Amino acid sequence: MEDLVKIVPLIPLVPLLTFAIIAIYARRYHKVSSYLAVAAIFISWLLSMVIVFNAVVQMPHFAEEPAVHLTLLRIPTGATTLDIGMQIDPLTVALLFMVPTVCLMIFIYSMGYMEGDPLYSRFFAYICLFATGMLGLVVADNLLLLFVSWEVMGLCSYLLIGFWYEKPSAMWAGLKAFITTRIGDVLLMLGMVILYSQTGALRFETVFAGVEHLAETNPTLMYITALLVFGGAVGKSAQFPLHVWLPDAMEGPTPVSALIHAATMVAAGVFLVARMLPIFLVLSGMPALAWVAAIGAITAFFASTVAIAQDDIKRVLAYSTISQLGYMIMALGIGGFVAAVFHLITHAFFKALLFLGSGSVIHGVGTNDMMEMGGLRKKMPYTFWTFLVGMLALAGVPPLAGFWSKDEILAVAFVQNPVVWVMGTLAAFITAFYMTRQVCLTFAGQPRNKEIHAHESPPVMYVPLILLAVGAALLGLLGVPAELPVLGPLLGNNPFHHFLAEQFSHWHYAHLPHVGFNGSVMLISIAMAGLGIGLGYLLYGRKPLEEGQRDPLERLGVIWTLLRNKYYIDEIYRATVIRAAIGLADVLFRFDLGIIDTIVNLVGKLTERWAYVSGLFDTYVIDGIVNGVGRVTSAVGEELRYIQTGRVQNYMVIVVISVVLLMGVFLYM
Amino acid sequence: MIPLSWYLIVAAILFCIGLYGALARRNAIGVLMGIELMLNAVNINLIAFWRYITPDILTGQVFAVFVITVAAAEAAIGLALIISIFRNRQTVVVEDVDMMKF
Repeated sequence: MEDLVKIVPLIPLVPLLTFAIIAIYARRYHKVSSYLAVAAIFISWLLSMVIVFNAVVQMPHFAEEPAVHLTLLRIPTGATTLDIGMQIDPLTVALLFMVPTVCLMIFIYSMGYMEGDPLYSRFFAYICLFATGMLGLVVADNLLLLFVSWEVMGLCSYLLIGFWYEKPSAMWAGLKAFITTRIGDVLLMLGMVILYSQTGALRFETVFAGVEHLAETNPTLMYITALLVFGGAVGKSAQFPLHVWLPDAMEGPTPVSALIHAATMVAAGVFLVARMLPIFLVLSGMPALAWVAAIGAITAFFASTVAIAQDDIKRVLAYSTISQLGYMIMALGIGGFVAAVFHLITHAFFKALLFLGSGSVIHGVGTNDMMEMGGLRKKMPYTFWTFLVGMLALAGVPPLAGFWSKDEILAVAFVQNPVVWVMGTLAAFITAFYMTRQVCLTFAGQPRNKEIHAHESPPVMYVPLILLAVGAALLGLLGVPAELPVLGPLLGNNPFHHFLAEQFSHWHYAHLPHVGFNGSVMLISIAMAGLGIGLGYLLYGRKPLEEGQRDPLERLGVIWTLLRNKYYIDEIYRATVIRAAIGLADVLFRFDLGIIDTIVNLVGKLTERWAYVSGLFDTYVIDGIVNGVGRVTSAVGEELRYIQTGRVQNYMVIVVISVVLLMGVFLYM
Repeated sequence: MIPLSWYLIVAAILFCIGLYGALARRNAIGVLMGIELMLNAVNINLIAFWRYITPDILTGQVFAVFVITVAAAEAAIGLALIISIFRNRQTVVVEDVDMMKF
C-alpha cells in the first residue's frame, strides 16, 4: 500500500488537468471535450479501483493498520512544519469506490443529456473541476487540502447551478447556494483555525491526538470547535436551517443535480463529520454529538414531509436528498459511524439513479411538472424500470441497498436514542409514501397532457441508469448484519462493517457503540416501507390521476399548503435575515457615502486649496526672489555702464589709480 | 659723482610729465609722446641703477636696449593705428573716439 499511495495524487489531478485542457483548448470542439472528460474520470476510476482492490485483498490487515500517508508539501512554520498530503485509510477507500463510479456514470450520461447545448464544453470543464474537488476532499489527509477541495466544490456548484446563466432564476439559485453554504464554510474555517492554533497541526491524526489535551484543559472551546466544524457540514449538506439552497439548486442541469446535489458534494458534509468524528467523541458526554443527532433527525423528518407536497419531479428528489442526508448526519450523531458511511454510499447510487432517471423523463417529456406526466411506463421502459429500482431502494425495500443501510441506522438509533429512532422510522414511512406518489404520478396511468409525446432516451443515457440500478440493488448486500440468519454468514458476516469498524481505533478516547442485531427493528422498518408504498398506491396507483384531476392530498387543507410552501422558511428568511443583511448593507453604504466619501472629498478639496496657496507662494515669493536677482543685477548694470566711456584716457586714469592703490596695499602688507 | 638720487628724481619727474601727457592730451599723437616719455624715464632709471649698483653686470644695459626696441615698435604701431583712425573718423582727438561707449 505504501507504493500504491504514490498514485493517489493522480486521482484528483487528472480531472484538474482535463479541466484546464478543455477550458483552454477544446472549447469549440464539443465532442472532444466530452471524450476528454469521460477519459479523465475513467482514469481516476481505474486508479481508484486499483486502490480499492488492493485494500479489499489486504483485509483484515488493511482495516487494522493506521492510514498510509503520502506527504506532498512540507511548509515550515517556525519550529514545526505544516504537512500537506494524502492518505489511504478505510474511509477513503470506501469513498474512492463510490465517487469515481458515480461520477463516471454521470459523465457518460451527460454526453447524451447535454447534447445540443451551445455551452457543452463548458459543462464538461466544470464537472471535471468538480470531480477534482470531490476526489481531493476524499483523499486529503489534512484540513487544509480538505478545505481547499471543499471550496472548489462550492465554486463549481455555483457555476453549475447557474449554468444557464441567462435564466434569472438559475442565476439567483446559484448565488443562493453559494452564499448559504458560505455561512457554513466560514464556521468551518473558524473551527479549523481554532484546531490549528490549539493543536499546532492540520493533519487529521495530529489534530486527533491534540484535541485530547484541549478537551481536558478547555472543554468549552472544544465543544464550540466541534460545533463550528459541524456548521460547515450543516451548510454543505443542506441540513436545517441551511437547507434552503438545495431545492433551488435544481435549476441546474439534471446531471449536476445528480452529481453534486445528491451523490457527492452534499455528501461532503457527512464525510467531514465522519472524518472528524474524534473531535466530537473526545468530550465526555459528547454534547456536540447531541446537536448533530438533533439537527439530523429534524432535517430527516421535516424534509420528508415537504417532499410529499411537491409537483416538480426534481424538487421531490431534492427534499428527499435533504431528508436522507439528515439520516446520515443523525446516524453520526448517535455514534453509528459505519451505518452513516454505508448509507452515504448506497444513497449515492440510488439517488444518482433517481436523478438521472428524472432527467431522462424531463428529456423525454419536456417538463418538470409531474402533474403533466403520466403513463410513461409504456413509453420509457428503461427509465421506468431503473427508476422503480431506485425508488424501492430509497423506500427501504429489502433486499435492495437502501433497506440495509437505513435499517442499520435505525438499529443503532433504537438502542442509543429512541426519539431519533421514532423520527427516523416515521420519516421512512413518509419516504416510501412520497416515492410511490412520484412513481405513480410520473409513470402510471395514462398521459395527462395529450400534447406531450414522450420518447425513450438514447442508450448513452439509459445504460448508466442500468449500471447504477445494479449498484443500488446489490451494494446493500455488503452490509447485511452478521447476525441475520442464513444471509449474514453467507455474505461474509458484514464485510462492510469489518472494513470500517477500526477506523478510529487508534484513538483510545473514540468509543463507538457496538449495536447487536435487532430483528424487531428490522421488521418494523419493512412494515413502514410497506405501509408507505401501500398508502401511496391507494391514493395514486390504484386509480391513477386523470387529466385535470387534483391531488387527493389537497383535502388536508392548511397542512397541504404549509407543506407545499416548505413551511414558508424561505419567506421567513427573506423577511428576517435577508432584510437585516440588506438593511445593514444599506446603513454601511450610507456611512460609506456620507462619511467616508465626505472625508475623502474634503481631503481632496483641502489639497486643492493648499496647492493654490502654495502656487501663490511660488509665484510671488520664489519667483520674486529669482526675478529680483535679475532686476538688481540689471539695475546695477544700468548704473555701472557709465564707467565705460569709450575713451582710452579715462580707462588709463582708472588703471593708474588702481596701480597706486595696489602698490599701497602691497607696501603695507 | 653725481648722487644716484638725482637721476632717479629726474626720471620720476619725466615719468610724471609723461603720465600727465598720456592722460590729458587731446591729440592722439600727444598721448603717444607722453607714452614715449614714460618709457624713456624708465630707461634713465634702468641705466642709473646699472651704473651705480652693478656696473660689471650688463643686464641693465641689455634691458634698456630691449625697452628702446619695444618703444620703437610700439610707436610705429601706434602711429599706424592713429592714421587708420583718422582715415575712418577724420579726427585725431582721442576724446572723440568713443565708439566703445555703453
